[in-house]
Amino acid sequence: MWKLEPRPEASTTMRYASPAIAVALTLVGGMFVFAALGKNPVEGFRIFFLNPVRDLNAITELLLKATPLMLIAVGLAVGFRANVWNIGAEGQYLMGAVASTGVALGFQSTGSVLVLPAMVVAGAIGGALWAAIPALLKTKFNANEILTSLMLVYIAQLAVSWLVFGPWRDPAGFNFPQTETFTDTALLPILIEGTRLNFAFVIALVVLAAGYVFMQRSYAGYKMRVAGESAAAARYAGFSAVGMIWIGMLVGGAAAGIAGMAEVAGPVGQLTDKISSGYGFAAIIVAFVGRLNPVGIFFASLLMALLYIGGEQAQQYMSLPSSISKVFQGMLLFFLLGSDVFIQYRLRRATAAK
Amino acid sequence: MDNIVTAMLFATVVAGTPLIITALGELVTEKSGVLNLGAEGIMSVGAIAAFAVAHDSGSTWAGVTAGMLAGAAMSLIFAFLTLTLMANQVASGLALSIFGVGLSAFIGKPYESATMLAVPSIRIPLLADIPFIGPALFDQQSLVYASWGLFAGVAFFLYKSRAGLVLRAVGESPVSAHSIGYPVIRIRYLATIFGGAMAGVGGAFLSVFYTPLWVEGMVAGRGWIALALVVFATWRPVRVLVGAYLFGGVMITQLFLQGSGAQIEIPSQFLSSLPYWATIIVLVVISRNVQTIRLNSPMSLGQPYRPD
Repeated sequence: MWKLEPRPEASTTMRYASPAIAVALTLVGGMFVFAALGKNPVEGFRIFFLNPVRDLNAITELLLKATPLMLIAVGLAVGFRANVWNIGAEGQYLMGAVASTGVALGFQSTGSVLVLPAMVVAGAIGGALWAAIPALLKTKFNANEILTSLMLVYIAQLAVSWLVFGPWRDPAGFNFPQTETFTDTALLPILIEGTRLNFAFVIALVVLAAGYVFMQRSYAGYKMRVAGESAAAARYAGFSAVGMIWIGMLVGGAAAGIAGMAEVAGPVGQLTDKISSGYGFAAIIVAFVGRLNPVGIFFASLLMALLYIGGEQAQQYMSLPSSISKVFQGMLLFFLLGSDVFIQYRLRRATAAK
Repeated sequence: MDNIVTAMLFATVVAGTPLIITALGELVTEKSGVLNLGAEGIMSVGAIAAFAVAHDSGSTWAGVTAGMLAGAAMSLIFAFLTLTLMANQVASGLALSIFGVGLSAFIGKPYESATMLAVPSIRIPLLADIPFIGPALFDQQSLVYASWGLFAGVAFFLYKSRAGLVLRAVGESPVSAHSIGYPVIRIRYLATIFGGAMAGVGGAFLSVFYTPLWVEGMVAGRGWIALALVVFATWRPVRVLVGAYLFGGVMITQLFLQGSGAQIEIPSQFLSSLPYWATIIVLVVISRNVQTIRLNSPMSLGQPYRPD
């Protein structure tokens, strides 16, 4: 019989090896899934995991997909470190998209270079305001932020639906639920000619760097880390729990809102009722797989983007539903949570005497 | 059923039923000290498993059984992660929800336009003849009656049976329960699997009895609402029952308002958002008194336990 035995101290090696193990197990598990579906596992592996990185164009698509994920995940990580469970990033992403769409529809006819920066700011404010609701309810009324932030996702989806079916519907859009398409004034500039990769990727890298400075180098970030590791220690040191909830929620909301802006001002180019694509939930996985660390989040978002695009490839070439990527994303998080046990514990063969 | 009051009452009972089944299961899980946030994912998988089996076999009960087993299997993943490997319960529950919603969409693809006959309701003689409430309460589908049986069973188990006492002891203080000699981990496994099985049945009710059809995302937050209901009910079965019908009432009222159409100038999306606003308001009202929550929630809820 094997049993788990606590390690004398947490293993740093396992802390960083665990995501790699989880990825490896997901790849192996993925091949089993393909085999179980009666598909050739090697072929499935190639289409799902290698096709998305086959050439420069594919790689820019990967970076494009990873951009909202890294934005949202780094914002969430700030809160998660202090045990502030903002699960409603999807709603904050949507409200960021709504706010920046409002700026675009109102001002893109001016052709001003200030429209795009204003859209970024509006996106951040829209997301932060939506996140302020659970923060307020948590700090004033002790209401569980997991459930309130989640309910606000459904409400945000309905709000988007109302806008694109109602007041914001493009009159020339053949009754499709979408706004008019943005003009170049309100579209993010393309980074590499001939691809769709846009300036949002640069914004995401800046936000990652800012997140790194905040979490690893600032006093506020230090306080939040202490609070996450030991609520009692933070209380004893006199750190304000209310302040941390506000910082955690607002930063997460603002980052998710910018991601929403990046989506409407980037690949989509308008607000539609299909703008909610689950990035807010996938980013939760990204934050965990990236160890709540901006460097880790960068790589984890690439991986998660790979799973998204792999799903689209599997749909196109293997006639599998693209939701298979969500199955793999869930598997990845399961394997990570499972292998994390070996940070604190190790396997030992129980002695026969027992 | 010739008047609107009876019709609305009838629909309220139907809308509340999946919430009752799921929330009562989650209540038992939480009473043992385990917080499973995966209800949304479990309900989704339960819904598609039940629909697929009921559709292919033609048997309603085979479908419900499939939903129950699928729910139990899903919660077993969660139990293994959190109870054997001591993973964080919040993160594992979220993982289960994300995974379950994705898995159900994947499995459900071929069933998206499949149709099935409605499950007939069973009229209880005499009781169904009571004016107004009779047809609403006693001319329902079998699983509605079963949800009342589940309520009685859970209430009896938790407060009148020895096993229920042990379960609550485990939830209050796993250390003491362990030192008296109770197998804490095994009890938590059983409570978690029961909760998962019930969430699976809750999902089965949605896809096989309520609609009956499968649409991706059809659970639409009911798993999360069921979790909120347990808090709203301050972990008491009878309040789960009341709360579920209140929520059912909110859902049905907005549907009737939408159905009544032209007279009102309220966008349908606003009406559709009412159940979610109601959940938030209810959480605020209940949670603002920190003492109530602290006194009623199981002491060890969400905390990992490792026997030595």
